[in-house]
Amino acid sequence: MDKNQANNRPEKEDHHESRRDFLKTSSILTAIAVAPVAVAKAAEHNLGEKISAAFETTPVNMTVNGVKKQLNVEPRSTLLDTLREQLDLTGTKKGCDYGQCGACTVHVNGQRVLSCLSLTVMHEGQEVTTIEGLAKGEELHPMQQAFIKHDGFQCGYCTPGQIMSAVACINEGHANNEADIKEFMSGNICRCGAYPNIVKAIQEVKNGGQKS
Amino acid sequence: MIQFQYERATTTKAAINGLANNSNARFIAGGTNLVDLMKRNITAPTKLVDINMVPLKDIQQQNGKTSIGALALNSAVADNKLIIEKHPLLSQALNAGASAQIRNMATVGGNMMQRTRCPYFYDTALPCNKREPGSGCGALEGLNRMHAIFGTSEQCIAVHPSDMCIALVALDASVLVAGPKGERRIPFEEFHRLPGNQPEKDNTLQNNEMIISVEIPDNAFAKNAHYFKVRDRASYAFALVSVAAALNMDGKVIKEARLAMGGVAHKPWRLKEAEKALAGKPATEETFRQAAEIAMQGAKAFKYNAFKLKLGPNVIVEALKNAAGLV
Repeated sequence: MDKNQANNRPEKEDHHESRRDFLKTSSILTAIAVAPVAVAKAAEHNLGEKISAAFETTPVNMTVNGVKKQLNVEPRSTLLDTLREQLDLTGTKKGCDYGQCGACTVHVNGQRVLSCLSLTVMHEGQEVTTIEGLAKGEELHPMQQAFIKHDGFQCGYCTPGQIMSAVACINEGHANNEADIKEFMSGNICRCGAYPNIVKAIQEVKNGGQKS
Repeated sequence: MIQFQYERATTTKAAINGLANNSNARFIAGGTNLVDLMKRNITAPTKLVDINMVPLKDIQQQNGKTSIGALALNSAVADNKLIIEKHPLLSQALNAGASAQIRNMATVGGNMMQRTRCPYFYDTALPCNKREPGSGCGALEGLNRMHAIFGTSEQCIAVHPSDMCIALVALDASVLVAGPKGERRIPFEEFHRLPGNQPEKDNTLQNNEMIISVEIPDNAFAKNAHYFKVRDRASYAFALVSVAAALNMDGKVIKEARLAMGGVAHKPWRLKEAEKALAGKPATEETFRQAAEIAMQGAKAFKYNAFKLKLGPNVIVEALKNAAGLV
């Protein structure tokens, strides 16, 4: 399956390119036809790319880590890609990109969700928190501290998603015992197998503590 | 993913109108299945109508039934006090599905509309009558370990993936839908369909119809209900076999039973003959074993899923034992 997807990618890119070219050309033609003078002039000055971008994107207002953002995104942009590529918030990781691993977990209006399966345009007016938004200045969030203390990771790739999920897991009231934590953290896969230490970190924060 | 037109609807009427004149337009709510399918080019709508702003999130109790809005989140329903108290089977089934993050995005209506996870449906290089009618079924002679044992056709042996729907069919729910011609109710059992010679059709929704709510009639099953799911790992996996069992008990005698299976058919598989066999009998393992045998009548395995013929009755018995408090 992986091999096949890898093989498919260039083909999809080609498809995407040609469609984009088509849109570019056709939107310029339309733009000229409906004729605001500025648009026509822009087209003359080879600003086709800008015009086509204006035709293909949708404005979205979101608050990201407490900061209001006015964005223009393609409707097909996922929240994950917008965060990483447009807002340079690369703490949120792209693991599988198909909703199977949890590495892309962020909070939207306080709830944990998968940013890879969510279109940015669907978050108009909403508040997004990423791993970058957890710490207060230099002071780490207690869950970040606990992950360090308990070695809740090895390679670290799944860690931002694990931590965002862990914080939400406690807030939801689903961290009352080890079995609960395992069940309600099952959407975050760790290939290094740091699970026992992740459970310990969550238990410590849940108990409000500095237990050693 | 190809480009598409995006539109937000704030009312049911606007949402339904949004699909008019474009057979390739789709609603989007949680997006947990649709975005995945679009990324893989399995489906390529030219227009998405975002229905998240339509006010259909309420969970209410009135006139002898519990009504759950189509846009209520899976997590919100699973954690809802009324649902836990009156329909614990539904809460259990919801929590057995997907992950906490996905349940925070996925809606009740979207859960019902999710497509099969058959690997041949997902791999655009392989034939699949559901994805591309007439192209053939790769699973029939292929890797069919996850596939159906009931109600299959020559054209499709895929299974319906939902857990929530297994509980809803057991609880005699009905689906309120709205379309250009007005509203109608579909019994839950008739909402999803068997593949027959049209495996591309998962359900009986008509063009441009929208799910408004799911209604569960009041029942006496809250005390003795259990959802038992067997999968390849302890959590976050689709069912190999799952069973929703609900009993109305009079002491140790079963007055009435409800039983449905997941992971075995193209639709949530209600076991009415087994239910009849349970009524009036004492709640013992022997009774449950007999009902399970009846339930499995007509099951037909393929090369790699014959284990479901043994697993199926065992899961039925375990679900019933748990429901009856024998475990």
